[in-house]
Amino acid sequence: MPPAGDRPQVQDRGNEIIVKNSNLLITGVGGQGIILASDIISETALTAGYDVKKTDTLGMAQRGGSVVSHVRIGSRVWSPLIKEGEVDILLAFEKLEAARWIQFLRPGAIVIINNHALPPLSVNLGNEPYPSDEQIANILKQRTDSIYFVDGTSRVKELGNTRMLNMFMLGCVSSLLPLKVNIWKESISRRLPPGIQQINITAFNQGRKEGKNVHI
Amino acid sequence: MAKVIRLLSGNEALALGAYHAGVGVATAYPGTPSTEILESIARFGDIYAEWSTNEKVAMEVALGAAYAGVRSLVSMKHVGLNVAIDPFMAASTTGVNAGMVVIEADDPGIHSSQNEQDNRHYAKLAKVPMLEPSDSQEAYELMAYAFDISEKFDTPVLVHTTTRISHSKSVVEVNSSRIAPAKPTGFQHDVKKYVMLPAHARLRRPLLEERLAKLAAYAETFPLNRVEWGERHLGVITSGVAYQYAREIFPKTSFLKLGMTYPLPEDLIRHFAAQVDRLIIIEELDPFLQENIQAMGIKVTGKEFIPRLGELSPGVIEKSSRTAGLLAETAPRQTANIAPELPKRPPLLCPGCPHTGMFFVLSSMDKRSTSRFKDKGSEPKLIITGDIGCYTLAAYPPLNAMDTTACMGASIGQALGIEKAGSNQKVIAVIGDSTFLHSGITPLVNAVYNEGRITVIILDNRTTAMTGHQEHPGTGISAQGKETTAVDLEQLVRGIGVRDVKVVDAFNMKALRTRVRSALSSPELSVIIVRGACSVHVPRRSSPRIVDTERCNQCGVCLLIGCPAIQSENERIYIDTTLCVGDTCTICEQLCPQQAIGPRSRIEVTKSS
Repeated sequence: MPPAGDRPQVQDRGNEIIVKNSNLLITGVGGQGIILASDIISETALTAGYDVKKTDTLGMAQRGGSVVSHVRIGSRVWSPLIKEGEVDILLAFEKLEAARWIQFLRPGAIVIINNHALPPLSVNLGNEPYPSDEQIANILKQRTDSIYFVDGTSRVKELGNTRMLNMFMLGCVSSLLPLKVNIWKESISRRLPPGIQQINITAFNQGRKEGKNVHI
Repeated sequence: MAKVIRLLSGNEALALGAYHAGVGVATAYPGTPSTEILESIARFGDIYAEWSTNEKVAMEVALGAAYAGVRSLVSMKHVGLNVAIDPFMAASTTGVNAGMVVIEADDPGIHSSQNEQDNRHYAKLAKVPMLEPSDSQEAYELMAYAFDISEKFDTPVLVHTTTRISHSKSVVEVNSSRIAPAKPTGFQHDVKKYVMLPAHARLRRPLLEERLAKLAAYAETFPLNRVEWGERHLGVITSGVAYQYAREIFPKTSFLKLGMTYPLPEDLIRHFAAQVDRLIIIEELDPFLQENIQAMGIKVTGKEFIPRLGELSPGVIEKSSRTAGLLAETAPRQTANIAPELPKRPPLLCPGCPHTGMFFVLSSMDKRSTSRFKDKGSEPKLIITGDIGCYTLAAYPPLNAMDTTACMGASIGQALGIEKAGSNQKVIAVIGDSTFLHSGITPLVNAVYNEGRITVIILDNRTTAMTGHQEHPGTGISAQGKETTAVDLEQLVRGIGVRDVKVVDAFNMKALRTRVRSALSSPELSVIIVRGACSVHVPRRSSPRIVDTERCNQCGVCLLIGCPAIQSENERIYIDTTLCVGDTCTICEQLCPQQAIGPRSRIEVTKSS
């Protein structure tokens, strides 16, 4: 969020005061829990008193396709879609899906990537190669040097279930946003059944700790 | 009541708005992006909500309820209104009694549809008023207006939404609660109003023109048509989500924001046009507002630079406005070639999908599979007409098992047409259970009557999967979770007069192959019902399969299924055990020529012995 940790930036643009929106793009593969993650970010921002809009592009299937969710936070948000070149934070649940959305990043955007590959079918069938970590980083470096790989999938596997990846990734991004930690935890608890709240909060806490290593 | 702030999708807001406006009967057939409207409203226990077999029926049920004096709501996706246009035109002609609102959701950009069409034209065709929200707050608020307008002007009201409105979440201040619905008047006999014999329809016809003129007058002061004054060298007329994008790109400009886009407020538009130096229209898809405003003799541009196809976005509006000289040229940010060529990730049939086995049979019988492990086979000998559902994904590699997809139910009629055109290839129609009940029954009746010899495969996964697992007449569960009478597909098909009907287990590869072979050699029309529950709807996960790396010789047959759980890396094939559903499926295990796939228990025993 520009600038780091501050309230959104106020710009005087003539006849009305426009507050710069903070734009988050969350990307990954269908089934990774991206929609719930962007719902929770939005609900947290709303509870904290911001205007917020979010929208997902899903395509037609339930599972396995490329998923991208736009979240915009500010004092007054107009478009739910973020303009290309205006994403402040990219949260990628899968490596290839980090590189795919490069044209949305503003120069110097923060990119947090779950260090995990889910090869698409064309790669499995041997029709095209999966890009290397270096290739992915080089694509993103056209716009920013703030690229951070986190071991989300392996960390939540240790906790017992890869389905908690979204909570780990939420934890990572939470440390970059000016929203209080207890509001995050309330939003998470509201959306999960009681039996799995505690373990998901643990995944969130681990991600939050990891996110503190991100230098803005 | 105390106001409550909530984050709602456009669809949730429309449902809540309708509920608060006292709706008593809600109907729909699922269709992206409209599905969640009925899903949300069905959760209110004090109203009646149903999944109807198709949009035409949904429209007729809603119309009946309105005739009987209860406010009714019917919702559908854009192409659903194509199906329902006949009763929609009838509703316009007869008018209503209690309010009736029709919500249709367009899909600009074709995120999840078979075409792109601008349904706003239907308001003009049917001579009914049309309202358009531009965010969830408006979606919530305009439902009360919609029902009031419907009753005041004795007309169904069209509410036009789009994917971006329906599926975006934004903040809603919920500022009312459910009004007490008026006591239903009951059905009042009035043959001149409700029985559209030609003599009666001729009496109704001039009333439609009078109604439209009254609505146009009402539009002049309609509160959701509003002017937002800014600098006056440019004026923008806009509606829907395009308003949000335009506000962002032109923060200082004057706006005429229309909440009612048919009929248009001519005086208001003239007044606005006279106050600005240059007038433009920013609207998604067709030049609907533009042509109607130009017909008033007002000078205006829009589609000369705003694209008429695909979804708009702030970026698209900025770029096209710059081309039109409406925004100062700035140094273009380096964007050329920045987006790399990356492997695409199209949606796939899920692990454990009950459609996969049948499509693998069709694909392999006809040698359609493609991969580095196998060259594309000879020319196809089968023609496979497809339909609308998850299973349309079988058209993608590696299965390549679908040759047509047009609209709901089209597979069966198309198959018969191809046969009657004298094709010497065998024609197979593939259709899902929900789609068959929606629009497949009448073409099957037609095929029986006209002595077709096609094979119809009904993929019965016991749900409407693609739109998110809605119930349908075959499941015997209502939209509100009640047990009802289930329609028996086998009996239905036999009742139509099909003699060769077989039911087969979706996960038994040998049985699937035998049934298809026998149907193809049969001289008469045949129906195969492939039964197996959707693996996402009924998740059953046990003993995921693994690959015995010693036995596996990398032949690649298992990869030709297109299962997302089966992956290959560095010439090694493996199964992602977090994705594999295990015992309920076992398609790969049945197909593996080396018996190299099995449950961990068997693979490890084999290894140690």
